Amino acid sequence: MARMAGRRTLFAAPVLLAVTFGVFAIAAMSPFDPVKAHAGTAGLTASQEQLDQLRDNLGVDRPFVARWWDWLTSALTGDLGTSSVMRQPVADVIAERVGWSALLAGCAFAVAVLAGTALGVLAARRQGGWLDRCVSSLAYTLEAAPAFWLGLLAIWFFSVRLGALPSGGLTDAGSDTVAFGQVASHLVLPALVLGLSQLPWFFLYVRQGVADALEEDPVRGARARGLAERTVLLGHGLRSGMLPMLTLIGSRVPELITGALLVETVFSWPGIAAATVQAATSVDFPLLAALTVLATAAVLAGNLLSDLLYGLADPRVGFDG
Amino acid sequence: MTARTVRGMATATLAAALITGVAACSNPGGGAAAGPGGADSVVVGIATEPESLSPLLGYGKDGNSKIFDGLLTHDADMKLKPALAEALPEVSSDGLTYTYKLRQGVKFSDGAPFSAKDVVFTYRTILDAKTNNASKTELDAIAGVDARGEDTVVFTLKYPYAPFAERTVLPIAPEHIAGGQDVNSGEFTTHPVGTGPYVLTAWSKGEKLGFKANPGYWGGEPAVKKFTMAVIKDDDVRATRLRSGELDGAILPPNLAGALGDQPGEGHGEADKGRRTYAAKTFDYRNVTLPTHHKVTGDVAVRQALDIAVDRKAMVDKLLDGAGKPAYGPVPTDSPWFTAGTERTHDLDKAKKILDDAGWKAGADGIRVKDGVRASFPLWYTSGDKIRQDHALAFASDAKKAGIEVRTEAGTWEVIEPRMKTEAVLAGGGSPADPDFDQYQLLTSSLGGDGFNNMARYDNPAVDAALVDGRRGGDQAARKAAYDSVQRELVKNPGYVFLTHIDHLYVVNDKWEGLTTQVEPHDHGLGSGPWWNVESWKPKQK
Repeated sequence: MARMAGRRTLFAAPVLLAVTFGVFAIAAMSPFDPVKAHAGTAGLTASQEQLDQLRDNLGVDRPFVARWWDWLTSALTGDLGTSSVMRQPVADVIAERVGWSALLAGCAFAVAVLAGTALGVLAARRQGGWLDRCVSSLAYTLEAAPAFWLGLLAIWFFSVRLGALPSGGLTDAGSDTVAFGQVASHLVLPALVLGLSQLPWFFLYVRQGVADALEEDPVRGARARGLAERTVLLGHGLRSGMLPMLTLIGSRVPELITGALLVETVFSWPGIAAATVQAATSVDFPLLAALTVLATAAVLAGNLLSDLLYGLADPRVGFDG
Repeated sequence: MTARTVRGMATATLAAALITGVAACSNPGGGAAAGPGGADSVVVGIATEPESLSPLLGYGKDGNSKIFDGLLTHDADMKLKPALAEALPEVSSDGLTYTYKLRQGVKFSDGAPFSAKDVVFTYRTILDAKTNNASKTELDAIAGVDARGEDTVVFTLKYPYAPFAERTVLPIAPEHIAGGQDVNSGEFTTHPVGTGPYVLTAWSKGEKLGFKANPGYWGGEPAVKKFTMAVIKDDDVRATRLRSGELDGAILPPNLAGALGDQPGEGHGEADKGRRTYAAKTFDYRNVTLPTHHKVTGDVAVRQALDIAVDRKAMVDKLLDGAGKPAYGPVPTDSPWFTAGTERTHDLDKAKKILDDAGWKAGADGIRVKDGVRASFPLWYTSGDKIRQDHALAFASDAKKAGIEVRTEAGTWEVIEPRMKTEAVLAGGGSPADPDFDQYQLLTSSLGGDGFNNMARYDNPAVDAALVDGRRGGDQAARKAAYDSVQRELVKNPGYVFLTHIDHLYVVNDKWEGLTTQVEPHDHGLGSGPWWNVESWKPKQK
């Protein structure tokens, strides 16, 4: 197990290297102009001379390989560079935001995994029953519904109609301090919406996996031996039904990140997502590269996690090789 | 390892991660929340967030920063009045030297005194080639800026530039703080310190900016003690949060403003629902560039025909829900700089006649042809901008009626820019402070194709001469005459079809006195809206 984790970590280094190189190459080919992005509306009235000066200052005309190498060498010494679009050191940009994104994504993931698993088991227990039919059709609907639409719907219902929950921001708009209670109440809607948008995947996988397992011989045998239904369902059905879902956990991480993007926008959540889009469209190399490394690392870690869980849950599966 | 221990481990790990995550991000012992509704706090929703709060990088360059003051500022009627300067500047007779006497006893919010060296530092830093300030073209006229003692600043200009005083609304940064940092990325860009009525207390990027009243403000401590700008990009979400009571005011598009406030029309009408709509008049125009280097749009007859074939009134009524007015040039019809008599009425028959007389004859498909050239050209608009899209489609439909085919296409500026020389663009602009600011860049032939200046590459010697007169000319009457001749030339040979001037709508809770709006530019920054003077709002007497 430790060996697998170690080997994967070693593998991660070349992968991350290749990914950042790819990001720099693609960004260099993209039609976006970092000078225009930096200048913003002021660029519409700036003279060509000023724009050229700005181009020179930002050093955007150098070949991307050189810029990548510079970025890499200084990143290895701990200097992530300065974000041209945020006018701030990249480390500050990320430090200010990543915690909030992680909190949101973590809570949403917990909602999706826990609720998805629980509902999946219940639905598999009586396939075709009322609970199964309700939740299944709801799951298909949710899968089709865009996350931002769910967000607007949630705001309309919980904030406007019921007035029960705040509709956006990290804290009340008028308050400057970040207090636990405030964040908790502001977290409910975005985490719920993001979790709900991920839930169908877990639900459908667990439902199918457990239902299949219940049809298998060991389960029949267990039932024939007169074991309690609960033991059969959780001990036998869930255990083998969980396997496909564990793989899913790793592969849903990227989806979670893109989903968070829309949800963060709708709820004015001060996370990393908005910065990512801005960095990409502004060809802000240092910020973009750092964010890509983060996202790639998250995906790699997600995959590692699901493989570890898989191995733990099913002893027949080894820890690779 | 059994399944039970696996589950136990997973749960414990997850729980631990959540708890540490929550604990790490929370800040126990935070103060009580003072949501909107408090007598002395105001929360407004804005659509865009500044990248930087450093005036050295362009923040607040048009005045109205809450954190900073300029040498001068604007009153409600956009007239210049002194701020950090004691009085309006003394201008030498040749128009080349501007002398500002500074206000005494002004302190930055950290307690350090403000003096002439801060002014010199600010302007010199902005003009420094290493400073990444994209707006420095606006200060092009400056040859030098020097302090004479503690309380006098003298600007010398390269050429006489009548509207120069308008540029000195630019906020002044403290040298003792900003001087020791990297101007492009230092801490000052996110933790500004100024002399203004408010002090920044928190900036949660992507979420909000929090301000508190500056007790030592030279203009007196504001009555609104706490001021928050919530950054909400989506129009619908902004409207929703205003309705749910989380916001006290917000900028909104016409259709949403109509549902939330009373009828537009500043200060008129009884406010039902406890909210009032403020419609700010603007110089914010939408126009169509007619590239000189295109065979169809370069033809003066086609230009004149298009100029009267468009139904501007219908655009204002249908596209803007009445919140705007027809535009006949960069200057709106209600500005003192507008030249009466240059209004054009919608006249399709006359447009057709102009085209017939010029030899543009209708072809088989109804589109006119002259010397084998089909009267057809592309019109680009920026994708995602609904107002521009609507204008482009309406323009194309009006042109079609006159026998000219306009092919609308959407793209980002990156796609549009290389095509601007020969293809039309649905553009926008407008600056109320001085007619020179917008018109010189828009119409001077020498700036044709220079960045985004003079996108149509308009080339008219009479306009060039008048624009130079306008920026040099001393007295108001001479300047007015110069801009009159520009507007008359634009009737004879339009390089752009101006469509509308767009009102900016704001809905605000009806709880304060002293709310007004200024005439606003195309680009509405943080200082626009009824909160341009939030420092002088007073709670309404019940």
